[in-house]
Amino acid sequence: MKILLSWLNEYGDFGDPADSQAVQRVADGLTSLGLEVEGIEVVGETVPGVVTARVVRLEQHPDAAKVQRVYVDTGDGTEHHVWCGAFNMNASDVVAMATLGTTMLNGQTIERRGILGIDSEGMLCSSSELGLGDDHSGIYILPSDTALGLPYGEALGLQPDVLIDADVSRNRPDCWGYVGIARDLAAKLGVEFRPPTPILSVTGDERTAPVEIIDGDRCARFTSTVMSGVEVRPSAGWMARRLNAAGMRPISNVVDVSNYVMLELNQPSHAFDIDTLGGGGFRVRLAAEGEKLTTLDGEERTFTDDDLFICDGNDVPIGVGGIMGGLDTEITDATTVIALEMAWFSIVGIGRTVTRTNLRSDASVRFERGADPYGMPNAIARFVELLSETCPDLTVHAGAADERTDHLPAEQRSVDVRISAVNRVLGTELSIDDLPPLLDPIGYTVSGTGDTRQVVLPTWRLDSTAEIDVVEEVARHYGYERLGKTVPKSVLHGGLTLRQQRRRLVREVLLGLGISEAMPTPFLAPDTLAKAGLPVDAIAITNPLVTEESVLRTSLRPGLLEAIAYNESHRQSGVQLFEVGHVYPPGDGELPGEYEALTIVLAGSEAPAALVVWRELAAVLGAGARLDQSRVPDGLHATRSATLQAGKDPLGAVGEVAPDVLAAFDVDERVAILELDLDQLLDRKTKPNQWKLTSRYPSSDLDLAFVLAEGVPAEKLEKAIRQGAGKLLVDLALFDVYRGDRVETGSRSLAYRIRLQSDDRNLTDQDVADVRRAVEAAATKLGAELRS
Amino acid sequence: MLTDITAARDAALTQIAAAATLDEVALLTTRLAGKKGELAQLKTKLGALETVEEKKAAGQAINEAISTVGDSLDTQREVLSSAALAEQVESERIDLTEFTKRPARGHAHLVTQAWERLEDVFIGLGFQVVEGPEVETDWHNFEALNMGDGHPARGEFDTLFVDHIPPEGNAGETLLRTHTSPVQIRTMLESEPPIYIVAPGRVFRRDTPDATHMPVFHQIECLVIDRGITMADLAGTIEAFTKAFFGAGFNSRLRPSYFPFTEPSAEFDIQRPNGEWIELGGSGMVHPNVLRAGGLDPEEWSGFAFGFGIDRMAKERHGVEDIREMYTNDIRFIEQF
Repeated sequence: MKILLSWLNEYGDFGDPADSQAVQRVADGLTSLGLEVEGIEVVGETVPGVVTARVVRLEQHPDAAKVQRVYVDTGDGTEHHVWCGAFNMNASDVVAMATLGTTMLNGQTIERRGILGIDSEGMLCSSSELGLGDDHSGIYILPSDTALGLPYGEALGLQPDVLIDADVSRNRPDCWGYVGIARDLAAKLGVEFRPPTPILSVTGDERTAPVEIIDGDRCARFTSTVMSGVEVRPSAGWMARRLNAAGMRPISNVVDVSNYVMLELNQPSHAFDIDTLGGGGFRVRLAAEGEKLTTLDGEERTFTDDDLFICDGNDVPIGVGGIMGGLDTEITDATTVIALEMAWFSIVGIGRTVTRTNLRSDASVRFERGADPYGMPNAIARFVELLSETCPDLTVHAGAADERTDHLPAEQRSVDVRISAVNRVLGTELSIDDLPPLLDPIGYTVSGTGDTRQVVLPTWRLDSTAEIDVVEEVARHYGYERLGKTVPKSVLHGGLTLRQQRRRLVREVLLGLGISEAMPTPFLAPDTLAKAGLPVDAIAITNPLVTEESVLRTSLRPGLLEAIAYNESHRQSGVQLFEVGHVYPPGDGELPGEYEALTIVLAGSEAPAALVVWRELAAVLGAGARLDQSRVPDGLHATRSATLQAGKDPLGAVGEVAPDVLAAFDVDERVAILELDLDQLLDRKTKPNQWKLTSRYPSSDLDLAFVLAEGVPAEKLEKAIRQGAGKLLVDLALFDVYRGDRVETGSRSLAYRIRLQSDDRNLTDQDVADVRRAVEAAATKLGAELRS
Repeated sequence: MLTDITAARDAALTQIAAAATLDEVALLTTRLAGKKGELAQLKTKLGALETVEEKKAAGQAINEAISTVGDSLDTQREVLSSAALAEQVESERIDLTEFTKRPARGHAHLVTQAWERLEDVFIGLGFQVVEGPEVETDWHNFEALNMGDGHPARGEFDTLFVDHIPPEGNAGETLLRTHTSPVQIRTMLESEPPIYIVAPGRVFRRDTPDATHMPVFHQIECLVIDRGITMADLAGTIEAFTKAFFGAGFNSRLRPSYFPFTEPSAEFDIQRPNGEWIELGGSGMVHPNVLRAGGLDPEEWSGFAFGFGIDRMAKERHGVEDIREMYTNDIRFIEQF
């Protein structure tokens, strides 16, 4: 809500707009009330050197088609000649002329520069050049009775002013009107609050525009007041300027007064020409499914049976209830008798129509938050008071309609407020007698005796329904800054859960291994899973922003492959990334099968690099898994990958990304990959590593190479060696793998270093020989042959 | 005799001076200065001398010669070994500026760095860290947080819905959580007060990305529920957090605001040591309806909550101009931090 300070001052002496300290006080007051000030703009500053002048005559120069010659009089009776590129003015119009030497808002200085050898003695100005608005399409025309030769600001009665942009939160429907803001601010700053108190005098004979409410749950109150003696004309300058400042284009006195009352009292209204109002009255009903109406913005729209129409007496739609009028019922210059509509619409209903149609207006914003259901009589009186200023013969007729339904919120709503509840929530030590001074000024009327008082809730605060709402009002007006700062004493101690600790450990290990953390979006394009060679079954977003981000990931792999491709395309190769994040495969529970996953991708590395990472993680996490090479994980390299199997459940996958998947993601390098289900790994409690004696006796190494057929995993040979070596084995390392001429085709040579050591004695040659024999025997059973 | 001794000594010194290697010096040490060395051998000839004086003088001369030769050996050994060391060191010279290999440490994501720093501060203040699902039910995300169906405030959360349908539910009841607040409800339902938790997590809004917004971002929120918790406790806890996280020179304040799940509600600002105020997040006293949804009696328990964005903490700490940069996964960005 943009608040013009001079306008706000109508309702209390809040501060001189020219006094910056006073302006700051107002802004601070608003912010301390929850009306956060987001900007303060100085307006109404004029350009010195621009004066009023009357157009005497216009002349077209034969050689200059795009400009004309204008002769103006600045009040001294002589003609001044200027060139002008606009054609919207006529002789005798009063315009604003920048005299020679004037510096315009854009920094340009007006010089005696001519065209075709003829000098220009100034420049005629558009409203944007005068700082009066955005319009720069033509020359700004002043009222024709304006005195000549005056600074235009003086002629227009402009004064420096400030426009305060305050954020109105959803629980403050009243603050969509100046009076609501003024009431709150006056109470806060201790300023006398002066709301308008118009008195309606009904002097005309009975004339009714009857109202029939069909769907009373959507429109709970509808008033119509007939007025004659209307003369449609421009509004007075002060009103036009205020509306302009509020960002509303002045149209005519009737429309402008309607808008002004809305801005002032937060009550939207609509004036209909009674002569063009079919049936001379109103019917309020839901639209038929598919029923059409051309709204005021000129667009034909289709509505549903959940949208409310205002219809004329013949049931022809003339407006969307509480949102926007129809195009065909606008008042015209010829209008003399109007029916003024003021109504109250259901908050939820308006919200549904606004959400569905995306049709919004200054009225719908107010109804959606909750206008005052009992504010209409005052608003009607105010409308009449203001319109009378330009329509001296305005007459209000008897017989105004005021239809209400059971759905109208009660006028008298009250709650019991306990001082103990106030202090319990706020941590204050207020007494019950402290409440009335805080609450009464903002319309929360406190009555009764004792420590529990009845508080009548204001009709303009429909958001207030319970004791806690009143507690908040007390806090606002007492001042949040006075509430003290204490720290609760917790009997608990802070900390991370096991899972969180182990997650941090995983990150620490990976960072230590030189792998960096990426955070790709969890949203995928519809074809991405297929591209990654993964099952395509996935949860979809029903209202995605873009189709490219409409599927929830079931794997971290696609995002990381895209990250590698992105880096490759920026000439960054060998990138090593990991991500710890949630994936969301479909599930048949209350929620999908969301779980936490870890994926590591090593660009430019082959499968064994991923195994190294897995072994490190497994050691740190105390986890183990079998490498099942017979089960190739989806989308991974068929001869270089394995499923990590822990018990029955797969724990993850390790290996390399399949070449076709890499191609689909435009990745040029090989990519080693490790994928783990962190839900399985992180929640598992592991015992601290237990101490083992470090032997003080010398160790002995035995290097043995075996020829083993391809197809028999090295893992099996390793197992055989371990069995054969028995208790003396302390370390076993595969230090060389050889394929080539010196080994028969279809086999490879695997060389192991077997380190033997005893905890309690020196080894003898016999010990080593025994181990060698046992290992050889175990290996032979596998078909492995000792190389000599 | 004395002439012989002098001659033997001089001959020894000449040989020592001529020794070119430590091995030669070692050899000479045995041959010349050892107990059975050439000089010591001269002592066997002392018996042939006539007088005691002669014997005495010759013995002394031999001892002096041995000592002189020993000194000379020590000196020569020292000269040669320091020359050898100097030669080895010189032969191993490298130019350290030729070696430009970069360290291979990995870099945690900026959001993780901020997330963990925040967790650590809250842990220090006595909070436990709790997490929740990112795909949520409408009930946990809205209804239980005092935003029933049709509540106007729902419109302010640009919610992304998913096509999961719960077994006894309907389409449109499953969504990507728009805030971390559903964790409040889950915690209340799953554990008994007192509750002192902080819930960091990923949240989602249907927002077009720009320099300060992402549709996927991160929040952290703090929830306290206990007997006798007041709004002064909220202000004090925010103040303690502000000083612990940003520094002792920072202050904080509460300003009235509106959130459906808290009442009274407040925005909280922090003040830099230079006096500048910065809006940080939302807060308030847990709304009685939210306590009820969590299965707690608002007459017995009260509490507060406050929360704010994690991404912004990272963005502003490191001067990242556009939040989208943090999500490019460009290694050149990641490795800066």
